[in-house]
Amino acid sequence: MANTITKIPFKGTKEQQEELFKAIDVYAGQSGALIPVLQEAQKIYGYLPYEVQKMIAEKLQISMEKVYEVVTFYAQFSLQPLGEYNISVCLGTACYVKGSGNIFDKLQEKLGIKNGECTPDGKFRLDACRCVGACGLAPVMTINDDVYGRLTVDQLDGILAKYGFGK
Amino acid sequence: MKSLEELNAIRDKVRDTVVIPDGSDKIRVVVGLATCGIAAGAKPVFNAIVDEVEKAGLGDKVSVVQTGCIGICQFEPVVEVFEGGKEKTTYVKMTAEKAQRVVEEHLKGGKPVVEYTIGANLN
Amino acid sequence: MIDNQDFNNVALKDTPFYKAQERVVLRNCGVIDPESIEEYIAMDGYAALGKVLTQMTPDDVIKCVSDSGLRGRGGGGFPTGRKWSLCAPVQAPQKYVVCNADEGDPGAFMDRSVLEGDPHCVIEGMAICGYAIGATKGFVYVRAEYPIAVKRLQIAIDKAREMGLLGKNIFGSGFDFDMEIRLGAGAFVCGEETALMTSIEGKRGEPRPRPPYPAIKGLYGCPTTENNVETFANVAQIILRGAEWFASKGTEKSKGTKVFALGGKIKNTGLVEIPMGTTLREIIENIGGGIPNGKKFKAAQTGGPSGGCIPAEKMDVPIDYDNLTAIGAMMGSGGLIVMDEDNCMVDIAKFFLGFTVDESCGKCTPCRVGTRRMLEILEKITAGNGEMSDLEELEKLAEYIKANSLCGLGQTAPNPVLSTIKNFREEYIAHIVDKKCPAGVCKNLLRYVIDPEKCKSCGMCKRACPADAISGERGVPYSIDPEKCVKCGACYATCKFGAISKQ
Repeated sequence: MANTITKIPFKGTKEQQEELFKAIDVYAGQSGALIPVLQEAQKIYGYLPYEVQKMIAEKLQISMEKVYEVVTFYAQFSLQPLGEYNISVCLGTACYVKGSGNIFDKLQEKLGIKNGECTPDGKFRLDACRCVGACGLAPVMTINDDVYGRLTVDQLDGILAKYGFGK
Repeated sequence: MKSLEELNAIRDKVRDTVVIPDGSDKIRVVVGLATCGIAAGAKPVFNAIVDEVEKAGLGDKVSVVQTGCIGICQFEPVVEVFEGGKEKTTYVKMTAEKAQRVVEEHLKGGKPVVEYTIGANLN
Repeated sequence: MIDNQDFNNVALKDTPFYKAQERVVLRNCGVIDPESIEEYIAMDGYAALGKVLTQMTPDDVIKCVSDSGLRGRGGGGFPTGRKWSLCAPVQAPQKYVVCNADEGDPGAFMDRSVLEGDPHCVIEGMAICGYAIGATKGFVYVRAEYPIAVKRLQIAIDKAREMGLLGKNIFGSGFDFDMEIRLGAGAFVCGEETALMTSIEGKRGEPRPRPPYPAIKGLYGCPTTENNVETFANVAQIILRGAEWFASKGTEKSKGTKVFALGGKIKNTGLVEIPMGTTLREIIENIGGGIPNGKKFKAAQTGGPSGGCIPAEKMDVPIDYDNLTAIGAMMGSGGLIVMDEDNCMVDIAKFFLGFTVDESCGKCTPCRVGTRRMLEILEKITAGNGEMSDLEELEKLAEYIKANSLCGLGQTAPNPVLSTIKNFREEYIAHIVDKKCPAGVCKNLLRYVIDPEKCKSCGMCKRACPADAISGERGVPYSIDPEKCVKCGACYATCKFGAISKQ
C-alpha cells in the first residue's frame, strides 16, 4: 500500500487548527459527520496525518480506530503530504487503451517515485487516478489545476521542465 | 410554489429567452462549460464572447449563457448560436481569437463564420 | 477560402454523430443554463412534479413508471416501478430516496454530464419518487472528483428550495420533500447500493448482506429506494409524456433510450443517447465514425470492471439489457470503450482485474482473495510463464467468485476475464503457448529486431539505447542483444528508416 504513515514531521499551524475546529462544529451532532469532516480537514491540511486524525477523534468523541479505518478505506484520503506539484495520471479505461499506462510508467521512472509518493524534495507527487471525466482528450494527466490531454510519452520532458524538473 | 398556474406563469415568461421565437431579433449564445469543455479551454472563450458582445454594444440583443455538455468531446470548446426561425449554428474547437471574429461577423454582421462551424470541421 | 453558404447548412443535427441519436435524458444538456431554475422551468421543468402532486395518487405514479418499462440505468436493470412498489407499502416514520451519482466505472461520464448540464431533472425525479414511496428526505451521493457537478447540483437544490419546489407543502399539496448532497470519497464499491448507504452513514463503505433489502431496511435502518442519476432523469419525461410514449421506444424488454460514453479508439468520442435496440455497429461505424488511423476494430467493452468485451462477430446484436448479458457483457452504467488491433485483450482483462483488486473492500474472502489469485495468474501469463492449465484455473476461480461474493462488485469482477477468454481465446493461447503478444503490448513477450535489409547503420538506435544492448558499427547492420534489451522501445522510436520492428 502506498498509503503508509509518513515520516515527514507534522507542521500544522494554530490557524489551521482553528479552521478545523470550526468545520467540525458545523457537522458535529449530525449523523454521518465523519466523512464530511475528514474531507474538510484534508482541504485544510492537504493530507490527514496521525495528529489531525487524533484531533478529529477527540472533537467528535469517537475512537481513533473509527477515524483511522475510514481514512484508510477511501482513496480520496491521503496519509502522505501533497507535493508542490501534484501529478495525476488518468488510468481510466478510455485513457488506458490509449496508452496512459506507458505515461504513468515513464513518470515513475523519471521522478523515481511510485504511485502515491512524493519526491524527497517535496516538489512532485505522483498519483494514478480513475477517470477525470475528460475522456475525449485521452490520455489525460493533470498537474495541480493544469490539464494535459492527448499526451504522448515524448511530451513529458517538456511538460515537467515547465514545473522546474531537472533543474 | 403554490400552484401549477404559478409554475406555468414562470415558464411562459422565460420561454422566449431559451427558445428564440420566429421573427425575434434576439440571439442566444451558449458555451459548453462542462468538465470536458473547461478542460479543453472553454472558459477563456466564454469570457471573450461576453467582453466582445459588451464592447460591440450588443448587450440588449445577445444573451451569452453557459450550458452543459452537448456530447461532442473532440470538438470542444463548442459554442452554439440560436436565432429565431433558423437552424442553430455550431462552432467547434473555439478559441478566444475565433470568438472575437464570431461576435464581429456573425452576431454583429449577421454572417456566420463558416470555416469555424462543425460542417467545415467534420473531416 | 471556404465561402460556400450551403456548406454551413451541415447543421449539428444532420451530422452522422447526431442523426441516429434520440435525446430524452440529455434533452436539456447543451441547451439550458444549468444554474438557472427559470430556464429549466421554461423547458417544462417541474411540470411533472406539479402534475403528480395535484392530479395523481402515489399508486398512479408507480403504475405509470411500471407501465413505461423503465429499468434501472445503473447497471443491473431492475425494473424501476417494481423497485418503488416494494418500498411504498412499508410503514415507517421515516423513509429515504437515494440517488447514486457515484459514477465509478473508469471511462464513463454520463451521470456527470447530466448533473453538470441539467441538475434539476434529477431533483424533480427524486421528488416524484419521494411522493410515490412516501419519503420526505433524499440524499444524492456524488463523487468528490466531480467538483463542477457538485457545485451546480448544490445551486440547483438551493434555488428549488427558494422557489418552494423543495421544502414544505410543495404545490400546496401537503407533500414535503428536501434533499442533501453527500460526497463520495473515492471507493468504487460505494456504487453498490448497500455500500453507498453505509458510506452516507459515515462509515467504511462496505456492502451489507441482503435480505433485508433496502426497500425494507436501508439507510439508517429505514425503508429506502435507490436509483441512479440517469434513471431519475427519465422520470419527469415519463410522467409528462406518458408511459406509452416511453414504452414505444426500445426493444421488448428494454424500453426508452440509453446514454453511452463513447471513448477509446474511435473517431468521434463523446456522449451519445440512442434508443435501446440500436446495434453496436450503428454506434461505432455511423455515430462514432469508425476506428481512426485505418486500424481494425477488435472489441468494444461495456459495463466497465463488471462487464465484458464484445467481439466483431457480435456487432449486429441489438443493444439491450438481456442481449448484452447473453453475449457475456453487460449494460453497466454506460461506458463504451472501443479497442483496436493494437490493444491486447489479456492485458485489458489484467487491467480490469487490477482495478477490482484495488477496489475490493475486503469484507468477503471470495472477492478479496479470489480476485488477487486471478490477477496473479494473468500476470504470470503476460510475463510469459503461462501454462494451458492456467486457463482452466482462471475459469474455475471465476465461477467460484461469481457464486460466492457478497455484493455485485465481487459477483461481476470475473466478467472481463471470462468474456475475453470466451471471445479471444486464441490471444490467451498465443501468450501461453507461443509466448507472444499478438498486439505487441505485453513487454515481457516482445522482441525488438533490426531488419538488416533496412538498416542504414547510422547508429542512432545504439545511442538511444539505455541498456547498451545494441551493437554494430558503420557499414555493418546493427543488432539487438535480447538478453540485455529492457524493451523500452527507445530504438524503435528513434529509427528513421523503419528498420526496427516489434515481434
